Order: sequence, then C-alpha cells, then structure tokens
Amino acid sequence: MTGERAVDIHDLTVTYGAKPALEKISLHAHRGEILGIIGPANSGKTTLLKCINRTLELIPKARRRGRVVVEGVEVDSYSLHGLRRKVGMVFPLPVGLPLSVYDNVAFAPRMAGIRRHAVLDELVERCLRQAALWEEVKDRLWMLGSRLSGGQQQRLTIARALSHEPEILCLDEFSIAVDPVTTMRIEDVLVDLKRDVTIILVTNLVQQARRLADRVAFINAGRLVEFDVTNVIFGEQPSEQMTFDYVRGHFG
Amino acid sequence: MFEGTPIVWRNLTMQAAMRFLFGFMAAAMVIPLLLIVLYLITKAWPVLSWEFVSEMPRKNLKEGGIFSAILGTFIMVGISLAVSAPIGILAAIYLNEYARDNWFTRIVNLGVVNLAGVPSIVHALFGYAAVVYITGDPCILAASITLGIMTLPVIIAATTQALVAVPMAFREACWNVGASRWQTVRSIVLPNSLSGILTGVILEVSRAAGETAPILFTGAVFYKKSLPSGIFDQSMALSYQLFSVTTQGGQIPEERQYGTAVVLLLLVLVMNLASICLRVYFRSRKKW
Repeated sequence: MTGERAVDIHDLTVTYGAKPALEKISLHAHRGEILGIIGPANSGKTTLLKCINRTLELIPKARRRGRVVVEGVEVDSYSLHGLRRKVGMVFPLPVGLPLSVYDNVAFAPRMAGIRRHAVLDELVERCLRQAALWEEVKDRLWMLGSRLSGGQQQRLTIARALSHEPEILCLDEFSIAVDPVTTMRIEDVLVDLKRDVTIILVTNLVQQARRLADRVAFINAGRLVEFDVTNVIFGEQPSEQMTFDYVRGHFG
Repeated sequence: MFEGTPIVWRNLTMQAAMRFLFGFMAAAMVIPLLLIVLYLITKAWPVLSWEFVSEMPRKNLKEGGIFSAILGTFIMVGISLAVSAPIGILAAIYLNEYARDNWFTRIVNLGVVNLAGVPSIVHALFGYAAVVYITGDPCILAASITLGIMTLPVIIAATTQALVAVPMAFREACWNVGASRWQTVRSIVLPNSLSGILTGVILEVSRAAGETAPILFTGAVFYKKSLPSGIFDQSMALSYQLFSVTTQGGQIPEERQYGTAVVLLLLVLVMNLASICLRVYFRSRKKW
C-alpha cells in the first residue's frame, strides 16, 4: 500500500496484574496516514497508546509482551526520552503546565537544549499555527496557559505535542472536553498535519474516525475485532458482524 | 409564612446546636493562647526593655540582659537547619520523585516515620552519646546536629506534602514530551512546591527554637559571661535558660523568668507569622 509503516504492532499483549487489557493485537499505521482506533469504553484503546510511548511502564504491575516498532525500531531500543520525543501525546483532558502559553510550547525544545530566543520564537509560532491557536493567543503569549478556555487549552497541548517535532502524534479522545466547533477546527488541523506526521487517533466518536481516518482498527474487550481501510469498516460488508453493529451504534 | 414539619424543625434545631458547638470549640481554642500571652506579658512587664534583649547577662542571670541566649538560639537553630534542610529536602525529593515502591523505599519511609516518633529527650541522649562523643565536648555544633536530626523527619514530611500537592498530570505531561525526571523536578515540580517546602522549614525552625531537651546535654550552658568563641564552644540558649531559671527556685527574680519566656514566645510567633505571610504570598501567585 502507500508508504512505509511508521508504527508496527505485532502480537501485543498487555496485562495489569492478572487482568488482561490487550490480547494479541497486531496492527500498523503507514507514514502520513491517520489510523483511527475505535471501540467501547474500557476496551484497551488507551493502553495501546501507552505502549507506543512506553508510559505503560509508569503503571505498577503492567506487563507488555509482543513487538511495538516505531519508525523501524523496537520501542525498547530507544532511550525513553528519545522515544517520547518521537511520539507526541495528547490526552482527553488538556493539561496545561503551570507556565505561560509561550513556555508551554517552548518547554520541550528547551529541555532538548534549544536556548536561542530567535529559534524558540519561530518554533512556538509554527506549532501554535499548526494547532490553529496562533491567531487567538498571539497577543497574550505570556499569559498563563491555564487561563485559556478548555478548547484552546486542548489546542495548546497539541501545539506542545508538536513542539518536539514528533514523527507520530497520538491523540486519545481529544474531543471529550472540547466543544463541537473546536472539535471541527482540530479535525481540520489533523488533516493538515498528516502530511508531516503519522497520526494515531483513539476516539469513542465513531463518526470522527470515519471522517478522519484512512484506516480503522476496532478493538473490543482487549481484542482486535477488525482492522481495515475506513471504507470497508464503515461499508456495507465489514468482515465481522460485530464491527457492523458497533459502527451503526447497535452497542457500545 | 414558613410552616415547618417536625422533621424540618428538628433539622434546623440540630443544625443550630451543632453550629454553636463547633463554633464554641473553635473559639475555646484561642482562649488558652490569649491567656498565656497576656499572663506572660503582665508578669514580664517590669523587665521588658531594649536593654533586656540587647545586654549580656550579669551575676548569674540576676542582672543584665539575655542577649547571649538569644544569639545562642539563633546560632544553634541556624546550624541545625543547615544540617537538616538539605538532607531532608533532597531525601524527600528522592522518595517522591525517583524512588520506586520497593523494600528500600519502604524501609526508608518507615525510618522517617519512626524517627518522627522518637521523644526529644531520647534524641538528647543519643546526641550526648554519639554526637558529643565525636566532637569531644558538648558544644554548639553537637547541639545543632542533635537538633537537626530531630527536625529531619518533619522537614521530610513537609517537603513530601508540598511535592504531592503538585498534580501528577504535570509530571506526566513533562515526561510525555521527553523531559527527564530531573528536568521535570527542576522546571515544574520544585518551582510549584517551593512555597510549601519553605513554609514547612520555617515552622520547623520555630519548633526547634523552643526545644530544650536535645540541647540539654549537648551544648547549652546555664550561664556564660562572654559570647561563644566558635561552634566548638558552648552557648546559652533561650529554651534552656528558661528551663534552668525556673528550676533555680527563687534565686532569680520572677519577672526575669517571664521575660525570657516572652522573648522566646515572640520569636516563635514571628517565625510562624513569617511562614503564614510567605504562604499567602505564594498562594496569590499559584498557577493552577
């Protein structure tokens, strides 16, 4: 198909203590694509993302088996910081660091050792523009990020996730705390972004996956039910009846 | 017109009664403090003067001021802080930000909790047995180290509290953009917990200033004509002076005893006030 695999997950199994969270998941995302991951609550979608940037390791008793390959390299072979710079993460509820708008975006580059003001200024502006936030905040860059509205804060976290120039951007139900208008704006942003980064979009809004994703994985109760291009998943004849029922809202 | 059912009336009565009870207890709490302060000041009034706090003592404390005791307290508390604050704060940062939940961490935490429970007189004995053994003679340094060991667990507890108050989500946000633990601690956790740490430390200072037992055998003296010559010399201290003048049995004028108490109390109150001011200042700048 198109491009190489930016993320390749093979036989991924995760357990929290004795409780299985994911079982034998295999899927992949091509470079420059949006991979949508859908499924009912508690089906393991977030766990899957945590395996990609290895934040799973922060959870006591979580165990991972199987291969997770990011840009051709197994995640365990990366340094933790290197991996997390390659993979941007956006969470359901925006977390603004207790810093100004500018510093929120400049945080990661500064941690990576970029000190020159000119470079930072340009980078901050680019990321805020990419996140469709620049016009709204350009006159108050030094205001606390937490003073922004909820939707603006979510775009700020997207700008922050882009600030370390990731090759993969993971979004976990980003629209939960965001109004519909902002959701649409962010969706436009994502479509623009996918030229530069591979996007993995976990969402409980089935229609959002339909609008945005090139490929969709449907996960239920820790198992991959179906993984195919969007047209097939949302078409008349996905290969699993369960997929058909879920995307039409019969359960979940 | 309001027509209550019996249940509503009962609720309202109970509400009023409880409110009174809680309010009364809250007010009652302040009464002893006011009484203590008033009583002390009244008793001490004849000696309270600039000379009393600025002059050296004369004739076995029967005349002169208490300057050397004030200075001694400041020096001892200062050095004890220099010992316990860095160790306590850094240890707390390790335990909260770095340590995994394993047997080592648990033992250290258990140690901290138990150290906090050791009575101060036991600290005094330990100070005498161990610290004075090292320094040779009782001296300011030995007294300060003993005080420092005693305050350590409280500083760790205060720092821990301040660190825990910084939301976990901030740390995760930092890690998610590739910041290391140290970068996270330095740029986000510490700046936002500094106020809590400082307040804890200041409160601890005020407590250490009032402690008598730990300095009892380790470096405080009853009477000394001159100021200490260095940290290996002994020194007078407010708390110990208060203890000794009151147990002297009538040889020292009563108002001089109360004068010492007032000065010590003021010192502690000023410290606490400073800590409150600091907290108010930092809270007004709180960023989330």
